[in-house]
Amino acid sequence: MTSGGLEAGAQRIPGVTVKKIEKEVYEIFIGPQHPGSGHMRIIVRLDGDIIVEADPDIGYVHRTMEKLSEVREWLKPIPLLERMTIIDACNVTLPYVNALEKLMDKTPSTRASYLRVLLCEINRVASHLYGMGIFGVFIGHSTMYMWAFGDREVFVELAEVLTGARLTHTYPIPGGVRRDMPQDLPEMARRTVRYMRGRLEEYRKIFVDNPVIVKRLAGVGVISKSRAIELGVVGPNLRASGVKYDVRIAEPYEVYGELDFEIPVFEEGDALARTWVRVEEIKQSLNIIEQAVNWLETHKGEPVIAKEDFDKLPKLHKEVYEKEGRVKLVPAHATMKIPAGKAVARGEMGRGEIFYYVESDGGTTPYRVRVVTPSARNAIVFKHIVPGHTLMDLPAIYGSIDYFPPESDR
Amino acid sequence: MSLESLAEEVKKVLGGFAKEVAWRKGYLEVLVETANVVEAAEKLKSIGLDHVKSVTAVDYPKESKIRVTYHASSYSREDLMGVIVGLSVDLPRDNPEMPSLISVWDGSVEFQEREVYEFFGVSFKGHPDLRPLLLIQELAEKKVLRKDFIVKEESIYEGVPFKYD
Repeated sequence: MTSGGLEAGAQRIPGVTVKKIEKEVYEIFIGPQHPGSGHMRIIVRLDGDIIVEADPDIGYVHRTMEKLSEVREWLKPIPLLERMTIIDACNVTLPYVNALEKLMDKTPSTRASYLRVLLCEINRVASHLYGMGIFGVFIGHSTMYMWAFGDREVFVELAEVLTGARLTHTYPIPGGVRRDMPQDLPEMARRTVRYMRGRLEEYRKIFVDNPVIVKRLAGVGVISKSRAIELGVVGPNLRASGVKYDVRIAEPYEVYGELDFEIPVFEEGDALARTWVRVEEIKQSLNIIEQAVNWLETHKGEPVIAKEDFDKLPKLHKEVYEKEGRVKLVPAHATMKIPAGKAVARGEMGRGEIFYYVESDGGTTPYRVRVVTPSARNAIVFKHIVPGHTLMDLPAIYGSIDYFPPESDR
Repeated sequence: MSLESLAEEVKKVLGGFAKEVAWRKGYLEVLVETANVVEAAEKLKSIGLDHVKSVTAVDYPKESKIRVTYHASSYSREDLMGVIVGLSVDLPRDNPEMPSLISVWDGSVEFQEREVYEFFGVSFKGHPDLRPLLLIQELAEKKVLRKDFIVKEESIYEGVPFKYD
């Protein structure tokens, strides 16, 4: 650039005109492509370096999940809906399955419930590690990115041994799950848990207790307790603001009521506290994984789908189950009708509470499926919490609320 | 909190506003008149239902109505955390219009009312920033989650000549 400035309308590069800026406030479009995860745009208006207004412009990865669910038979939205958050696939579809079970008055077998909880917790750890890795990218801490993504792989592989798929497991079905666990899974899970506990200590040293990171995150993006409640924030972000709310405790589903775990709560409400909540939650999830595999190892024999469904299976299907531990569904499952009614179900994903409203008119497809994901509810934070911070703080806030656009856009 | 006592408490606080109170699977649905919805929401908030989990709209073309339900719950009252109360209104399908509940439930409904606006064409009076959230304007005008918007099934064989030899 030459000194002295440009005349309005001057043309230095062919085809590009430059005009004088009239206002003091600059409007910057960040995204939809940016170094973070997924595609979303934030339009920020800056006064110098201070953000005066932020407008999250979401919807770039909207895939009409709610509409598509209405034109598919009851089971088919399960693989569709898990595409919202493939890294948290069991947590994201389980409440949908629970809602169907409420409409059908069907109770899954206890073994199936434990298997679901096991996969949910494996997913939760993987989801938190993914979030922390992306957070590392956002604030330029490449070691955290490499470590978290490397360690996430351990849990993705554990999920693969359990379900047969790395990410999109399509594991829960109304009344049970699709597969029993392989015999060597408990030992593998215990080794994974032992490994991860050691790694968390390393994470503390290099990331959460690192003076550079603390300087960058402490006191940034503070959501007070009353503001968090008003905005309806969910998940670790809510618990970092001092609200002890977790669906697993508030309305226990599956076998969470029988398991022993704690809900980590922090009072500060800043980006650092949100990171700490995730670290502490990984520890709790590891405890649950241990409890679940111990139970599964000592309580064998029960089928992994509801007993009334299992008894109806033809001989061939039962043989497949005995031999491979895999549930081969009869075609009637795909075209089943569900009694008319309205049901809601919710569950705690890695990123927070997910809510489903399912309505049936007695037909072979849902009449209406409404899904509200944790990121969809956390998106409001950008609008109301970001203003007042410097532009430098935006990646720190974005990363710390673990916002995931495909999940938010549905 | 037992479910019966929740229903009692909700009925008591709403007084004459509740046209219909019914248990659905997983939530208590309360139907009110559109004219009373703001006051009813304020009363529900006063017992501790401090945020909305979902603004759910369902289209019923046969009855020519759109039902909008605010699924509210609590973060501040421990005995209410485990329950969900749905505050519902029925709106005419040809001109769906209702007051925005941002004045009561703040940020927890702000984006979701925008969603119901773009997908169903429900207009929320008093919403400070009512514009499409996920969709572009052209698509929002089609009100895609209404039942008369049909998803056309695409086939990979469409337009492919069908010949045996």
